[in-house]
Amino acid sequence: MLEQWLPNVDWEKMWEATTETLYMTSISVLATFILGILLGLLLFLTAKGNIWQNKVVYGVVSAFVNIFRSIPFIILIVLLIPFTKALVGTMIGENAALPALIIGAAPFYARMVEIGLREIDKGVIEAARAMGAKTSTIIFKVLLPESMPALVSGITVTAIALVGYTAMAGVIGAGGLGNLAYLDGFQRSRNDVTLVATIVILIIVFVVQLIGDLITNKLDKR
Amino acid sequence: MISIENVKKIFSTRNGKVTAVDDINLAIDKGEIFGVIGYSGAGKSTLIRMLNGLETPSSGSVVVGGREISKIRGGELRQARQEIGMIFQHFNLLWSRTVRENIAFPLEISGVPKAERLKKVDELIKLVGLEGREDSYPSQLSGGQKQRVGIARALANDPKVLLCDEATSALDPQTTDAILDLLVDINKRLGLTIVLITHEMHVIRKICHRVAVMEAGRVVEMGPVLNVFKSPEQPITQRFVQQVTELEESKETIDHLLEQFPEGKVVKLTFIGESAEQPIITNLIRQFNIAVNIVQGKVSQTQNGAYGSLFVHLTGDQAEVERAVAYLEKQEVSSEVISHA
Repeated sequence: MLEQWLPNVDWEKMWEATTETLYMTSISVLATFILGILLGLLLFLTAKGNIWQNKVVYGVVSAFVNIFRSIPFIILIVLLIPFTKALVGTMIGENAALPALIIGAAPFYARMVEIGLREIDKGVIEAARAMGAKTSTIIFKVLLPESMPALVSGITVTAIALVGYTAMAGVIGAGGLGNLAYLDGFQRSRNDVTLVATIVILIIVFVVQLIGDLITNKLDKR
Repeated sequence: MISIENVKKIFSTRNGKVTAVDDINLAIDKGEIFGVIGYSGAGKSTLIRMLNGLETPSSGSVVVGGREISKIRGGELRQARQEIGMIFQHFNLLWSRTVRENIAFPLEISGVPKAERLKKVDELIKLVGLEGREDSYPSQLSGGQKQRVGIARALANDPKVLLCDEATSALDPQTTDAILDLLVDINKRLGLTIVLITHEMHVIRKICHRVAVMEAGRVVEMGPVLNVFKSPEQPITQRFVQQVTELEESKETIDHLLEQFPEGKVVKLTFIGESAEQPIITNLIRQFNIAVNIVQGKVSQTQNGAYGSLFVHLTGDQAEVERAVAYLEKQEVSSEVISHA
């Protein structure tokens, strides 16, 4: 039956493309989570009135974040070609997409981390200081645990954006479902391939959202 | 235990400099419950935050338990802070941690091993009466229970001093009383020095030994609570004392009475300490041929004695009433004849 409706879909290829997309997404989500939290913490802590208040550091990090958040992803990939070549050695394949994915998503996520941290009640941080807590204790035992639901829902949104980015990266040779939909589907006028690739991407997005919501709800004790 | 000398705190704001604390000198003894009362913006919050170094004074010195808090910083300040507990108006608990984990937090900071931590937390939970709620999250607790967690957390590292920053201002009257009773109990049991700031005279009356009244960054009046109640000198202190001695309705009731009975006199008697226990009204009725009608009365207990006020309406032969009033004025109560306004 499937063959009749979707005559051109090569399921083996589809599965391969799916694993490539999942690979690119998961590695870049993981790296974005870590890098974004580091940048977000730096933004939060060096902002005015905070523990490491520092105009210069805040200004530099903030400018970096704003610039890389503003460049359209498809242009960012092109701009980063020399950097990617130096780092990965090639422009083709899933690994070649990673630098652009991470550099595109981490600043976006860093802002969400900053917002999440700002929502923590100032009084709680002050209470920890009044108990004699070190800054590292405040970061690991107050800031991160107290903002964890916001951090998780933020990374969920970012992960979904990253699924979209991988599809764009696919068009210029990174592999994955975007690549398949564009080359096999669009360019060879096989609409059924494009359709199935789209459905698979939608399923990935729904599953990511579902998992993110579940974790957020479990963590949120407010 | 605590000495504050010539302390000033000036904040620079966009609209110029604001003097939050202006040349304050205080000495607080070990085991004392010391209250600071003032309206918001009087500088009391800044003052209490200087006691654990959350604010540093612009000039002057703050010494707590032999350590000059206003000078030390870094590791030494953190060490000193572990010996000063603090509770807050809005409790400031970590919502991501259970009651037990919240109370364990200061013990984690001071590096107490896990087994010992659990033991200490169980003791503290018993001390503040939260048995059975150990594994609840703060969001599942009432305001009073949250403040109990705050108190247990503040006491975890066996501090010498407990700072209370408007600790009961967010609680209803009944819960406030329960928390105040707990504070008195802890003060007696552990010999803990307590410094509290509040805008409610009720809190001062109920638990403090001494009180300082703050206005515009200065301490305008200070002394044992009963003395301040007996003879409040500053207008602001008089207003605070009225908070607890005069019921809202008194004035209306008296106005109504004066209208209804134009003859006779309404007298306000103020009892302090031992005089509150003398049978003055009985003597009044026995010695004079007048009718005594009690309009309204209230006796409050402070940490250093009783304090109360009574409104009586005296009627009868005018000369006899005059003599009765003269008699009252000779007694160890202060009396005040209230007439038509």
